[in-house]
Amino acid sequence: MAALPSATQHQVVAASPATKAEARGLSFYYGDFQALKGISMPVHERKVTALIGPSGCGKSTFLRCFNRMHDLYPGNRYEGEIVLQPDNTNLLAGSIDPIEVRMRIGMVFQKPNPFPKTVFENVAYGLRVRGERSRRKIEEKVEQALQDAALWDEVKDRLRQPAYNLSGGQQQRLCIARALATDPELLLFDEPTSALDPIATASIEELMHDLKERVTILIVTHNMQQAARVSDFTAYMYLGELVEFGVTDELFIKPQKKQTEDYITGRFG
Amino acid sequence: MTSEHASKQYDLDLGSIRTRVLQMGGLVESQIRRAMDGLASGDLALLEEVIADDHRVNALEVALDGDCSHLIVRRQPAASDLRMIFAIAKTVTDLERIGDEAQKMARMAKAIHEHGAASLPPAVDVRHAAEAAIAMLRRSLDAFARLDCDTAQEVILDDAGIDTEFRAILRQLITYMMEDPRTISTALEIVWIAKAIERIGDHAKNMAEYVIYIVRGTDVRHTRKE
Repeated sequence: MAALPSATQHQVVAASPATKAEARGLSFYYGDFQALKGISMPVHERKVTALIGPSGCGKSTFLRCFNRMHDLYPGNRYEGEIVLQPDNTNLLAGSIDPIEVRMRIGMVFQKPNPFPKTVFENVAYGLRVRGERSRRKIEEKVEQALQDAALWDEVKDRLRQPAYNLSGGQQQRLCIARALATDPELLLFDEPTSALDPIATASIEELMHDLKERVTILIVTHNMQQAARVSDFTAYMYLGELVEFGVTDELFIKPQKKQTEDYITGRFG
Repeated sequence: MTSEHASKQYDLDLGSIRTRVLQMGGLVESQIRRAMDGLASGDLALLEEVIADDHRVNALEVALDGDCSHLIVRRQPAASDLRMIFAIAKTVTDLERIGDEAQKMARMAKAIHEHGAASLPPAVDVRHAAEAAIAMLRRSLDAFARLDCDTAQEVILDDAGIDTEFRAILRQLITYMMEDPRTISTALEIVWIAKAIERIGDHAKNMAEYVIYIVRGTDVRHTRKE
C-alpha cells in the first residue's frame, strides 16, 4: 500500500544539517515601528530556506537584515544578532562593514535589476569592485557565473550587448550570475519570480535546486507552492514574529501551530 | 478544520465531497445488509438486485475520484485539507472494495439457495459476524463525519473480534464437512461469505486509520496499538 504523506519520515531525512547563519533574538525597528520581534531561527547550510507569511509580516525586512540593506536609511535600528558561520561573525555588529557583509551575501530582487551596461560588465561588476584586475581571471569568472546561472548558452554570443536586451527571465538569471560571480556564501532571494512567467519561474526554481549544492539560499516568496517546491525548510511569519519554523514537508502536511495551518490552507482572514 | 476558508467555494467543494463519501458509505452498508437478508430469506430477486447495484457503488467511486483530483488541481490543498483529500481518495477505494465484497456475498447466497437451502448448516452464524462488520463500517463512517479519533481507535481494535469470529465459523464448517460430505459445496460458499465479512472488517479498519491520519497527521497503519 502506498505510504501516506507523512511528516515524520521526512524529518529523519533532513536531520540536523549544519547551520550557515542564525538569527538570535533579532528585532528590527523602522524608527518607532517595530517590524521584527525577537526572531530566532537557523539558516541551514546548503539548503533552501523559505520565508512565508502575509504582506507586512516582516519576511522581506528579515531577509534584508542579512545583508544590512536597512543601513541605507537613517532611523533604522537592529537588536539581537545574526551570526554567520563558520567564523561566528555577528553581521549586525557595529564594527562590521556592511560592504564586507555584502561581499559574502548576495541578493536577488523581485524585479530583475541589471545595470545599464553590457551582459558581460554586469557580471564582471562585483569582481572589479573587489579590485580584480586580471582580464583573463575576470573572463573566466564571468563565464563560470553565467554557466552556474544556466544562462551561458543563451548569451555567450551577445556578451557585449546591453543587458536590457535580454528577456525578463534572462535578466533575472543575469542578476543571479552577478551575485554568484563574487562567490557568495549565502544568497538572498526576495520574491525572485513574481515578475516572471511560469516557464522563466521554473528555470529559476531549477537553478536554485542546482545552486544549493554550493551555496545556502534564503528566499522570500508569496507563492506557497513555490516554497513547497523549492525549499528544505520553511519559516512562517506573522506580524513581525516567527510563528513556526520546520522541515518544509512537515510544515505543509502537519503544521504544529494553528496560525500556520490557517495561513497555508487559505483560512487566513 | 473548524474555521472556514477565505474561499467559500472551497468550503462548499470540500463539504460536498465529504457528504458524497458518507452517501457512498450508506449505499455500501445497505448492500451488505440486503445480501445478508437475501441469504437468510432466499429471496433471489433481492440478491440479483444487490449484484446489479454494485455498479452504483463503482460509479460513486469514479465520481469521487474525479472530485478529488479536481479539488487538488484547483486548490492545491495543504495541511489538514491535503490530509483530508488524500484520506478520502483512499477511503473511497476501501468503500468500493466493500461493495465488491457485498456483491460476492450476494452471489454466494444466490448459489446456496439455488442448490436448495435445506442443506444449509443451521448452527453456523455468519449473521452475527456480518452485524459486527456492519457496525464497524458504520462507526468508521461516523468517526469520519465527526473527525473523532476515539471512535476510530475503537473500530481499529474491533477488527480482531471479527477475525476471531471468522476462524470460529471456519472451524464449525470444517466439522460439518467432515460429518456430512454432502454439505461441502454449501459450506464452501459460506466460507466465501465469511471471508467477505472478514475483509469488510479490514476495510472498515483502514478507513478508521485514515480518520486518525486526517486529525493527527500520524500514520497508524501496520503499527501495533497506540
